[in-house]
Order: sequence, then C-alpha cells, then structure tokens
Amino acid sequence: MTAIAPPLAEGELVTGTRLGQLLSDVWVLTKRSLARIRREPETLSEVTIQPVMFVLMFAYVFGGAIGIGGKGNYHEYLIGGMIGMGLAQTAPGTAVAVVSDMSTGLIDRFRSLPMSRAAVLMARSLADMLTQIIGTSVTAAVGLAIGWRIHGTALQAIEALALALLFGYAFTWAGICLGMVLRSPEAAQQTGFVIFLPLTFISSAFVPTQSMPGWLQPIAEWNPLSSLAAACRGLFGNPNPAASVDAWPAQHAVAAVICWSVGLIVVFAPLAIHLYRSKNR
Amino acid sequence: MTDTPAILAEGLIKNYGKIRALNGLDLAVAPGTVYGLLGPNGAGKTTAVRVLATLLWPDGGHARVMGHDVVTQAAAARRVIGLTGQYAALDEYLTGRSNLLMIGQLSRLTTRAAARRADELLDRFGLTDAAGRAVKTYSGGMRRRLDLAASLIAHPSVLFLDEPTTGLDPSARALMWDIVRQLVADGTTLLLTTQYLDEADQLAGRIAVIDGGKVIAEGAPAELKASVGGQRVVLELADPEDALVAAKALAPFATTEISPPGAQGSLEVPVAAADGLATQVLRALDAVGVSVNDIAVRTASLDDVFLTLTGHKAEEAEEEAK
Repeated sequence: MTAIAPPLAEGELVTGTRLGQLLSDVWVLTKRSLARIRREPETLSEVTIQPVMFVLMFAYVFGGAIGIGGKGNYHEYLIGGMIGMGLAQTAPGTAVAVVSDMSTGLIDRFRSLPMSRAAVLMARSLADMLTQIIGTSVTAAVGLAIGWRIHGTALQAIEALALALLFGYAFTWAGICLGMVLRSPEAAQQTGFVIFLPLTFISSAFVPTQSMPGWLQPIAEWNPLSSLAAACRGLFGNPNPAASVDAWPAQHAVAAVICWSVGLIVVFAPLAIHLYRSKNR
Repeated sequence: MTDTPAILAEGLIKNYGKIRALNGLDLAVAPGTVYGLLGPNGAGKTTAVRVLATLLWPDGGHARVMGHDVVTQAAAARRVIGLTGQYAALDEYLTGRSNLLMIGQLSRLTTRAAARRADELLDRFGLTDAAGRAVKTYSGGMRRRLDLAASLIAHPSVLFLDEPTTGLDPSARALMWDIVRQLVADGTTLLLTTQYLDEADQLAGRIAVIDGGKVIAEGAPAELKASVGGQRVVLELADPEDALVAAKALAPFATTEISPPGAQGSLEVPVAAADGLATQVLRALDAVGVSVNDIAVRTASLDDVFLTLTGHKAEEAEEEAK
C-alpha cells in the first residue's frame, strides 16, 4: 500500500518572492469568493434588487416632492447619489461576510497554512469590488431607463466611475474592520445599519444640502458620500447644486473623494490586517 | 534516528481573561508516533493544539514543532504541520475537489501538484464520486474525510487531530481510525485529542491525561492502567443497604480508596492482581454476612485511570461542560 500523502517531490512546491506569494494567495482566495457568487447568485440581491428598488422609489415616490433648485431634472440628479449609496451600503454586507468567515474553522485552517497573512482580507476586498461593479452597473442601467444621461465626455465618465470604485474600495475596508471587531453576523448587520444609514441620508445623495437646517449642512457637506455624489454629477454633466455650496468638499469634490478614500484605506486596511494577526492573542 | 521530539512543549501557559486554559503544560512527542491528549471538555486540549498549530501565542513557556518555534518561527512550523479541528474547516460552497485545490495552492503547492494530490486523496478517501459536488451536500463523515484530506495535501510531518471522531457514527469512526493507523505507518507524527477513552486506548502509543490545563499523568496506555491499580472487582450486592459494611470489609484488599457504592448495590474495588482473589473477596463478605448476586474481576480501563486521576468520570465532566 502506498502512502496516503506521499512526500513532496522536487518541483511540487512553488518557489517565489513574498510578493509573488501574496498575489498568488489573493488570487486563489478571490476565486473562492467568486465561486460562491456563481453558485449562490442570490447573495448578490443586495447589489442587484436593492438599487432598482431605491432608484424607482426615489424617482417616482419622493422625487416629485424634492426640489433641487433651478430647472434641474431630479432623475438626472438622483443617479450620482444612488451610485454612492449603493457603494456605501455594501459595507455592512462586507462586515457580515467577514464575521461569518472568521467564525468558521476555515479561517483557522488558513492561519495554520504557510500563506500570506494579508491575503484573506485582501481577497475579500477584491471580491467585494466585483459585487460593487455589478451594483454600480445595475444602478446606472436603471438610471438610463428612467431618463438619466451622461452629458460629459467619455473620459469624464470613466473618471467618475473610477472615483466611485476607489470610494467603494475604501468603504469595503471599513466594513472589513467592522467585521473583525464584532462577534456575530447579527451584530454586524445592526451596527452596519446604524452607521451607514445616517451616512447615506445625511448627505446630498437624495436631496441638496441647501434644503437642510443650517446646523446639519456642514455635516452633510463634509460627508464623503456628498463629495462622491457631487463629483459624479459634475463629471456626468448632471444637475449639481453642490457647485454653489461654499464649502471646500463641495467645491473640490474630486479631490475630496480621493482624500477621503485614501484616508479610509490608509487607516482601515492596516488596522484590519492587524486585527487579523491579533487573532493569535 | 534522532532523539529530538517532533512536538515539544515546555511550561505552556495561556490565559483567556481570568481563566487559565493552560497552566504549565509539558509535552514531548517522538517522531512517527501517535500521542493522545485525553481530558474532559475545558481541560485545555484544544487550547494546547491551537498553540502548537501556531494559531495562538502562549502567554508563557514555549513550543517547537519539528524544531521550529511556534511563535518566532511560525512560518517554518506551518510548512510541516497539518490541522484537522473539531469542525470541518471547509468552504461549504466549493466542491470537494476545489476545496483541496485551494488548500493545496495555499500550502505553496504548484497548481499541477495540488491537482494531482487532490485527485489521489479523493480516490483514497472514497470521495471521487462526490468530488464535483458542493461540500454543503456532504454527510458528516464525508466532511471529516475531506477535512482530513485537506490537512494531508502538502504532506505534513506533524498532524494535529482535534477530536477527529466526535459526532461520527461507529462506521465512520472505524474508517477514521484506519486512516490514522495508515498515516502513522507512513511516518507521520500524530497528536490526537479525544474525550473517548477507547479511542486513545486504540490509537495512541502514549497518552497524556490533561486536567486544569496541565498534564496530570503520562505514559503508555498499559502503564497508566497499571499505575491506578491493576484490576477491579465489581460486585453486585443482594441488598444495597449492605454496601457500607461490604466496603469496610474489603478495605484491606483495596489499592486505593473505594468510591461510594452505586444506587443499585453495585460496588467497585480497585485491587492488585492476586491468585484466588475472587474467593478471598467472597469469604471476607460472607464473614460479615453480606450476600453477593454477581462478581466480576476485570483489568483497569482508561476510564478508571481518568476517574482516579481527576476524581470525576470523563462523561460527567463532559456533561458539566455542556
């Protein structure tokens, strides 16, 4: 009888640099998350059905009552905010996925393997980026159906989408951190709701900040979601009331999105990886 | 051959808040042997395995696996270990084969080597037909086998099996035992934790009994059994009320204290093996007017070892822990 698992022969092990190892591990684990989406497409409902519902509700239920100033079309105004909301709303889902992952024995197995420590969380952020791309595409498609149009150049549109992805990627790391510190998927769901719901509503995603009470306006103006919405509206050539708001993030929406996103990634990505390593304590 | 232990733990301490899970645990496991960690839930078995498998940093003491320190040389240690925990560590949504491929690649195997080894292991563990199905459709026994296959894909020198048969039916358990024996024949060092005394007795060459986070007895199963008195006389009394009288009459035969009699009038006495033992016991009881319905003399089991060392039965401890 031959051995159950024969000793490793020459050429069976990959030899490479640490970076090559990290990239290979991230790729293997990203494929794992994508395989899950392929097998259970309903896990995508958060980014496929939800945006359709929200866009239609705001466009046809609340839209008529919301003034955006001037003769701007609310449907055209709405989509920039909806893209941002869709991206921010994936963060609680990320947190839930991370908590669920961490509570299974699979993470213990990963931690006992000679693999990169950062790979598990990086793969999660990349897989979530794919779901965000799907969500953003759905939002844009519904937008086109209700009369939203891109009036700017193709380059500007690409710039807007790239900003949106950067923003979404940053929020994913916030969601990962949230998932690393909470103990149950229910807690992650609740906490995510409490953090991200006000974040989306106290912003210019659905209504111009000018319509809010004076004390609330600075909060809404400095909300990263307002900056993303304003940047998208500006670049798409959609109505953008923020252009007449006298606040730095409203006037420099693109720079504000980049600052916010890079800032969030710089804080939350190392923190998340630190929390992952600290599971040894 | 070298005398360096495959697994060495010295004075391991691990605290969870105020609870001390490991309290100076020492272990030395010779290469190519099966070592059993035996103890009730909460004794520190799983914590010990988690420290040795580089998943937890000890608060005190140190440990080496194949000479690699599990804290300072964790990366090297991870190249030589395999871990199969109490709960199948698999991705439910991937197929059986994809799980093995993933673990193989993350263990630094080339894609080709991972694929070849995955197919061999699937075949070996009778999972070829299920290889293309998602793991969530697998039975408990199939999951355990796949989980074990995943731990084996990169040929670990040291394999940690944390309660590998808990919750399995007898035939699935027998299959796991066969695999364990084959692995040892291949030269793998196995550290096995279990609550099942018969499992430790069947598989392990040496056993450490753990209670309160440290080793309270260590040795080959036969040595441990001998250490608590070679034999047991089990009596069933005609009248349960006679139990105390009987215990007093048998005190001269007992090697250790006689545990309180059972409710049904049964009495168990640890004794040293001797010729004519049963006859002498019956004479002594007859002399004090105690009549006996049944008598049996048996060799001490690991259950007895456990009871004697920890003061409680393995199963009782298990119930309490729940």
